[in-house]
Amino acid sequence: MSKRLPMSLVDAKTRKHSFTEVALGYTEEEALAEANRCLNCKNKPCVSGCPVRIDIPAFIAKIKAKDYEGAYQIIDHSSSLPAICGRVCPQETQCEKFCIQGIKGDAVAIGNLERFVADYHYQHQHKTIKTKHNNKKVAIIGSGPSGLTCAGDLAKAGFKVTIFEALHIAGGVLVYGIPEFRLPKKIVEMEINNLTDLGVTIETNMIIGRIKTIDDLISEGYQAIYVGTGAGLPNFMKIKGENLNGVYAANEFLTRVNLMKAYQKDSQTPIAHGKKVAVVGGGNVAVDAARCALRLGAEEVSIIYRRSRNELPARNEEVIHAEDEGIKFHFLTNPIEILGNDDFIVTQLKCVEMELGEPDESGRRRPVVKAGSEFLLDVDTVIIAIGTSPNPLIKMTTDQLATSSWGGIIVNEDGLTTKPMVYAGGDAVTGSATVIKAMQAGKLAAKSIIAELNK
Amino acid sequence: MFDIIKKEELNTTVIKMDIKAPLIANKAKPGQFIILRVNKDGERIPLTIADHDLINGTITIIFQVVGATTLLLSKLRVGDQLSDLVGPLGNPSQLDNLKRVIIVGGGVGSAIAYPLAKALHEQGCEVTVILGFRNKELVILEDSFKQVCDNLAIMTDDGSYQEKGLVTNKLAEILDIDTKYDEVITIGPLIMMKYVALLTKKYQVKTIVSMNPIMIDGTGMCGGCRLRVNEQTVFACVDGPDFDGHQVDFDEAIKRSKMYSDFEHHQYDDTCNLFSKEVE
Repeated sequence: MSKRLPMSLVDAKTRKHSFTEVALGYTEEEALAEANRCLNCKNKPCVSGCPVRIDIPAFIAKIKAKDYEGAYQIIDHSSSLPAICGRVCPQETQCEKFCIQGIKGDAVAIGNLERFVADYHYQHQHKTIKTKHNNKKVAIIGSGPSGLTCAGDLAKAGFKVTIFEALHIAGGVLVYGIPEFRLPKKIVEMEINNLTDLGVTIETNMIIGRIKTIDDLISEGYQAIYVGTGAGLPNFMKIKGENLNGVYAANEFLTRVNLMKAYQKDSQTPIAHGKKVAVVGGGNVAVDAARCALRLGAEEVSIIYRRSRNELPARNEEVIHAEDEGIKFHFLTNPIEILGNDDFIVTQLKCVEMELGEPDESGRRRPVVKAGSEFLLDVDTVIIAIGTSPNPLIKMTTDQLATSSWGGIIVNEDGLTTKPMVYAGGDAVTGSATVIKAMQAGKLAAKSIIAELNK
Repeated sequence: MFDIIKKEELNTTVIKMDIKAPLIANKAKPGQFIILRVNKDGERIPLTIADHDLINGTITIIFQVVGATTLLLSKLRVGDQLSDLVGPLGNPSQLDNLKRVIIVGGGVGSAIAYPLAKALHEQGCEVTVILGFRNKELVILEDSFKQVCDNLAIMTDDGSYQEKGLVTNKLAEILDIDTKYDEVITIGPLIMMKYVALLTKKYQVKTIVSMNPIMIDGTGMCGGCRLRVNEQTVFACVDGPDFDGHQVDFDEAIKRSKMYSDFEHHQYDDTCNLFSKEVE
């Protein structure tokens, strides 16, 4: 049984002080060797694990034949953002989970191969093929992974697509949330340029709901609208001390670092350079925030998670990278209060230990407090990364748009909302999830819009 | 890019600018704000929309030079451009059915109070305005206010113009005689709004304050602008910026506003040095 070929990494000692990308990607030889581990199964179990159904064995076969551009074209048929997915998808719970090689040994490193193909394509500057435009206009609200995917598919089908983005640059969570060392912004920019080459227009600084409403867009002649506004609103724990100086929502901390470049020497954006940092949560956002804090010069970074290692929602590879960099995980631990000094600056985090009880609605065992287990952790920065809720602005400013009790936009199986010709998907519908799930929703809506407008 | 159409110095540190932004002008309502970036790597700063002009497609901002970004902004001239401008953000002030209102403005906050006074005056409301400044040199918009209010009182800390004293002295004087006001609206330094709210609570007059905390995106995403209002955490950008002054935890807001003061002073000094070098 052959072993999976690991990707080379910048060593932990060097990278914990640097924002440059950690994983270096395969060389051509490595990609060929790894591709040759693919058994090219007839029934393609891996494809069933891919939310956007990339024909994985087919693109790997092209790699084996050294036809890398051919491999790109196969991926491009199903995914508009392969250089991004190859880096941030949780492959171990998706495609690679179903790989036959993985039953007895290591699954084929599908994500690494996808990244190789996408990077090869961009390094060799293959121009995007222009499609013929029809005269139908579609508006997309939000330029995160969901909106970009929807835009890509619609543009390829000939529609005139305009993306409206509230921030000053496009990319949504790909630029404000995911850090440079995991997803270089140059990669995001290339994927976005790819879309503008296809004829997609991106209007930044456009906060829909305020500068224009969805009804304004409809009256301007947009025949369909896709709402991919994400789940921007950070959740807090509602415990004492959460407003102390030095306590951040992960969104704010990451936005200061990634979007506003607070890590660069001459940045105009301030950020706390904490020495003892605690991050609360167990998802990718928590791990990203912890690794950013480390790179900003923290001496001690802890991740506080109320369940055990087995329930960690973060991508496995990132958890390992974080541990290698020296980040400490406190499993089965829950904060109950944040303490501060007279200057209103955070000083300690009061936590309790938890144990796992009966399974809850999510099927995961519910953590319960261990009696008498209270303890104090000295901190100067606390980052809360316990999830986000959908932004209420679109809902507040759009008639006929039904939302659930927690704010998610309600859609049917085609991605259509309760308002005619208005579609929605991604975190705005599901609450905080993954990049690839958001892309899947964008694809679904694009398919429905194409069918509806080509009737 | 957004063109600067007009620029006027209201006093030595307060500047008024008209910026071409027809889409924002088209939707702007009193109480709303914008976020701007002066240049490509610049900080995002929130500023209240002081006025808007539908015919010329412009919005007006009035700002005081307090930090690096406002200093950079103040150096721009007519014909220069802002890198980014987004808005209108926040909920408009609720002015419906108001018949009798006192507006209390402090310093540059007076500029933000002006569009409210104007809107209320236009809807036939009786408007009393109290403005407070440190001294005569800093008094702004006196003539503009005169056009849109029934009574105007200007207070200066040192008595160098009109009455000596704080806005709260004048407000107490008015409320001692008559408390039948629908609302007191106050905009200015946090410490001033805190004492206005404490005073009006005694007289049981509803008081609206306009909060302008540290924020990044202005869309609810960062959570940096959170405040305690009525024991709940709210976001100034999407839940405000106007709140019931009797419910706001001002002491917390004041402490939160100082989170980056060291960095801000440092940045300001650096930017000052940059400009003085240019002059040399």
